[in-house]
Amino acid sequence: MKRQIPLIITAIVGTVLIISVFIPHDPFGRLGEDFSVFFDIIAVFAFILGGGNMIRVHGDRIYRQKKDWPFSIVTIAGFLITLFAGATKIGNPNGIRGDVAAPGSLFTLIYDNVFSPLQATMFAILAFFVASASYRAFRAKNKEATILLVTAFIILLGRTPVGHYITFWLPSWLDFFHIPVLANWIMAIPNLAGQRAIMIGISLGVISMSLRVILGIERGYIGAEGSEK
Amino acid sequence: MPNKLALFVLIFACLISTGAFAQEISPIPPSDSIITSILPYPRPAPPTNIIARDNPSDGGGRILVSWELSLDDGRGNNNVVGYEILRAEEGGDQFISTGMAANGVNFYIDSGADDHVQYVYKVVASDGKAGAESGLSQPVHSSQQWFNLNLKYLFLIGALICGSVIYFIYHAKRGKKLFIRKIAGLEAIDDAVGRATEMGRPVLFIPGIRDMDDVQTIAGITILGRVARTIAEYDIRINMPVSRSIVMTTARETIKAAYAAEGRIDAYSDDFVYYLTDEQFGYVAAVDGIMVRDRPATCFYMGSFFAESLIFAETGNSIGAIQIAGTAMPAQLPFFVAACDYTLIGEELFAASAYLSGEPKQLGSLKGQDVGKVIAMVAVILGMIAATLYSITGVSLFDSWHEFMLNLFTLN
Repeated sequence: MKRQIPLIITAIVGTVLIISVFIPHDPFGRLGEDFSVFFDIIAVFAFILGGGNMIRVHGDRIYRQKKDWPFSIVTIAGFLITLFAGATKIGNPNGIRGDVAAPGSLFTLIYDNVFSPLQATMFAILAFFVASASYRAFRAKNKEATILLVTAFIILLGRTPVGHYITFWLPSWLDFFHIPVLANWIMAIPNLAGQRAIMIGISLGVISMSLRVILGIERGYIGAEGSEK
Repeated sequence: MPNKLALFVLIFACLISTGAFAQEISPIPPSDSIITSILPYPRPAPPTNIIARDNPSDGGGRILVSWELSLDDGRGNNNVVGYEILRAEEGGDQFISTGMAANGVNFYIDSGADDHVQYVYKVVASDGKAGAESGLSQPVHSSQQWFNLNLKYLFLIGALICGSVIYFIYHAKRGKKLFIRKIAGLEAIDDAVGRATEMGRPVLFIPGIRDMDDVQTIAGITILGRVARTIAEYDIRINMPVSRSIVMTTARETIKAAYAAEGRIDAYSDDFVYYLTDEQFGYVAAVDGIMVRDRPATCFYMGSFFAESLIFAETGNSIGAIQIAGTAMPAQLPFFVAACDYTLIGEELFAASAYLSGEPKQLGSLKGQDVGKVIAMVAVILGMIAATLYSITGVSLFDSWHEFMLNLFTLN
């Protein structure tokens, strides 16, 4: 029974939501939006669960003085200070009734001067990882990898002024081989065709997966009971 | 006397024309410019043939208003800058403005109507200073529709694909043997977990950064169920930091059930799955730290990923982990392909749980997808032929054919 009820709920909700796509009349027309709101309400309560879990995990690490436990102090302190600043709205020009992210509040101060720079730092690391991953991916190990290397090189050149200066002298009847034009063609034709093929496959995969879930054939998400490995 | 009469008629005609003109300039007040008040001012001609009707295939509250463009819109004095759409309840004279349409546009959808209330509309052609009102439309009311006819082709194609999936599911259930091609990334799961066992290191599982309302996360969690059974069997530790609380509770249930299925419920711990943060780069920083400190032997990335995909995969690569990724985010696939050992591309992510289970019913659903692929391929080829023939011959029939093929897969 513990498994049957979720499966029944899933089947009913899944079927009704599919129907609601095609029927704009009430009550179907609003169902998608309503269920989204229900999910958000559940997610808010679940967030308390998540926050509680984080404090428990890091509290335990501090209590037992596990490896690198001082970092857990920083984590919990950061969480509690931000929570306190947001809940009490210290420095908020409109007081406790003001917007939590109002300029001048302690919460905004923390967000702008601590959180945002840290976030930007992590994002900036991506540039270095793109370089290292490209270096490995573009090694001409075989025929396919060589084609990939050449294509990537044309795209890279085509996206910079260098690409223009290398081939700007080509006569107009050879315009197709002008590197920026060639780069645009690669992006718009072969690349887009490949992406669309992947998107069609994804869409069909989503349909198939959704039907398995609605029909109760796919039960892995509720614990894989009854399935064979 | 005739001269006086002619002068009187002329003055009278001027007064009438001026008065008629004055009626046409509401609701936009006339400019107080001296030039405008002294010189004859070329007011735009009003739009004509105002037709208002219930907007089709919607959930009510919307009325489609259309008109014939002013004679001064794109021609004549060419001084129309836009149209203002006015609405009043039938029998009332209180017109309110519902919105503006740019010049050259001959329709407007009023989204603020109350269902079953009769309205009349008029449209004002504006030159930015003054306007010329049209006549009134026929009374109209909005109402809710029972079927969205804009989606009729989607409905038919969807029904065909869903029908074929269901047919093959039950076809497979009857014992029909189905051929499913090998998926290298899924074949490698046992080896990857075995490697972690030999090295005595944990397995890291990342289910993406979206919540359980994303089908990719559900696909990731179903794969987790299969992976967790292998992990339970090999008696190693799974480490699963998550960025969504609901994913945390779901993943715990999934792993717990997998351990129970392997008869190892005593080895299960809630600490396998823990919440970090909802914030994307906060989560990335924490997971990177875990990778560098714990040095997992195997990393799984199964779900919905954005910019963090390459950061995870490159960090995993730097610690020498075997990495198996799967996502349906086309923009992130190249990063995973470049940095991971195996990547489940798009539909393979959704096929993974069926593939791993080996259950005929689940495998049958994969076969049903092939019907969808055939439909897509036929549509692409026919559309391509039509577009090519139109570009060569210029015959409008081929253009209509091409448009029809496009409309088959267009939602609105």
